[in-house]
Amino acid sequence: MKQFIGFLRKEFLHIFRDPRTMMIIFILPIVQLLLFGKVINTDIQNSRIAILDQSHDNTTREITSKLMSSGYFVMGEELLPGDDVEDVFRKGKVKMVVTFGPNFEQNLERDGKADVQLLADASDPNTARILTSYASGIINDYVRKEKLQNIQLPNQINTEVRMLYNEGLKSVYMFVPGIMAMILMLISAMMTSISISKEKELGTMEVLLASPLKPIQIVLGKVTPYLLLSFINALTIIIIGVFFFGVPIKGSFIILMAESFLFILMALSMGILISTVAPNQMVAMFISVLALMLPTILLSGFMFPIENMPLPLRILSHAMPPRWFIVIIKNIMLKGTGIMFVWKETLILMFMTFVFITLSIRNFNLIIDD
Amino acid sequence: MQEKVIEVRNLVKKFGSFVANDHLNFDVYQGEIFGFLGANGAGKTTAMKILCGLSAPTSGEAKVAGFDIYKETVKIKRNIGYMSQKFSLYEDLTIAENIRFFSGIYGISPSDRKVKQEVLLKNLDIESAKNSLIGSLPLGWKQKLAFSVAIFHDPKIVFLDEPTGGVDPITRRKFWDLIYEASDRGITVFVTTHYMDEAEYCNRVSIMNEGRIEALDTPENLKKQYAAKNMDEVFLKIARNTE
Repeated sequence: MKQFIGFLRKEFLHIFRDPRTMMIIFILPIVQLLLFGKVINTDIQNSRIAILDQSHDNTTREITSKLMSSGYFVMGEELLPGDDVEDVFRKGKVKMVVTFGPNFEQNLERDGKADVQLLADASDPNTARILTSYASGIINDYVRKEKLQNIQLPNQINTEVRMLYNEGLKSVYMFVPGIMAMILMLISAMMTSISISKEKELGTMEVLLASPLKPIQIVLGKVTPYLLLSFINALTIIIIGVFFFGVPIKGSFIILMAESFLFILMALSMGILISTVAPNQMVAMFISVLALMLPTILLSGFMFPIENMPLPLRILSHAMPPRWFIVIIKNIMLKGTGIMFVWKETLILMFMTFVFITLSIRNFNLIIDD
Repeated sequence: MQEKVIEVRNLVKKFGSFVANDHLNFDVYQGEIFGFLGANGAGKTTAMKILCGLSAPTSGEAKVAGFDIYKETVKIKRNIGYMSQKFSLYEDLTIAENIRFFSGIYGISPSDRKVKQEVLLKNLDIESAKNSLIGSLPLGWKQKLAFSVAIFHDPKIVFLDEPTGGVDPITRRKFWDLIYEASDRGITVFVTTHYMDEAEYCNRVSIMNEGRIEALDTPENLKKQYAAKNMDEVFLKIARNTE
């Protein structure tokens, strides 16, 4: 035990003496979270749109004011019939043009249908999709509530879309679990693999192996500080998510932390595995970034929906531990489900941890023996 | 006859079909400086790893400090010191922190450590640098320190893997003064080296080639036997004979 505490003291000295390590562990998570949560915000607010109103009747004016008072849009320009719509887009002044056809109110009241056209600048497809769906939502809502109450229409079907668990479609709800997966991977897997391969590179690993310390004690000594720091980071991210961005924790906080702990263990065992393969720090970092960070960001469903991926990538995404972790976190935080609904994902993470540890032990023995 | 601290009998280590150590047989006596010579790839490091308990041999017997290399590696490790060619101290820790860490591993009590640390710093005349980071010290100092730390727990045997790589002859000579001191205190020194002038400083040397020990004797006897002026010639003659 005394040996172990001495080892930990040494590891913490390594960490606290290296400004780069300190940056990655303490500053990076917060910066990432704030960046994704605040700056790279995919929510729509105050988008500039143009209106081309060929009717100028009460209904179109009311719809226009509904759009403007929704908070999503502001009036960028009012166009007149005959104005070049494309020109407005080309100048980049507005993101969408709403065109009301002639005799809008009359048509609506007589036939129950009228023409409105939404033209969106799809050079940014995501925004275009969101803008058009918000706008059509507002228009339909208005028409249904204000105009069609008194008119009997046969087989009128109203589709109502509700975004469950994230009604405001707030992207930060998505980013918090994603960032958490990314940061924990970064610190647990990358930092441990670098710190172990550093000992190999500097020749101190041989000295440790020739000492009475058992290999398992060496590995535990190297890993424990990062386990503690990762856990602190997981807490920090959750705290910032809850108090700064208002992300709810609907499920059990204890299960949430237990699952985070499991994910950290998985990432640590991955880090150990990388260090058994990498001869020096550079290679360890390279493998970590290429094999961990990029797939975490691209294939875990954090940035891009897995459902939209081509089949080979969709299959590959099953092998990405963050994918399962993100599902677990979202279930617990946003849906408030208990362990009964995430046991499958939990088992998958446990299995992955087991595989990585087994492979590490096998590799480690090979290294000593070469 | 002095006590044998290393006994090696028919030691074989194979990697697949490649034979790294081919039936090694030798003894090392207490307090002697034993030079373990050979070209790169001759199997020195492999043999050393086996003797340090880091790797298991394919067949054969060996005892280090009286303990069996198959079953008693933990006891062996407690009784040996090891210094690698990369001087093996932590560059981002101070001298005192390095000593504290390695003392902890070998279970030296804090009070013993303080006494021994003072003696060590005084001997090396670096008391003022106690709280300097290892990384800021000159290479010669680092190597002396690494050696002093490797024998800090008074092991029976200390294994040195090319300890003087990359330093000038004067610094090397000073380093060997430390080795002599350790040997005088009864610590057996098992050292691999490339430098043939260092081979002259050893009590006995073995010369390995392609996994076999081709010669083992005092430097004097070897020079007589091969009618050579110095160890360099001995080494070249042996290498040529076996080609």
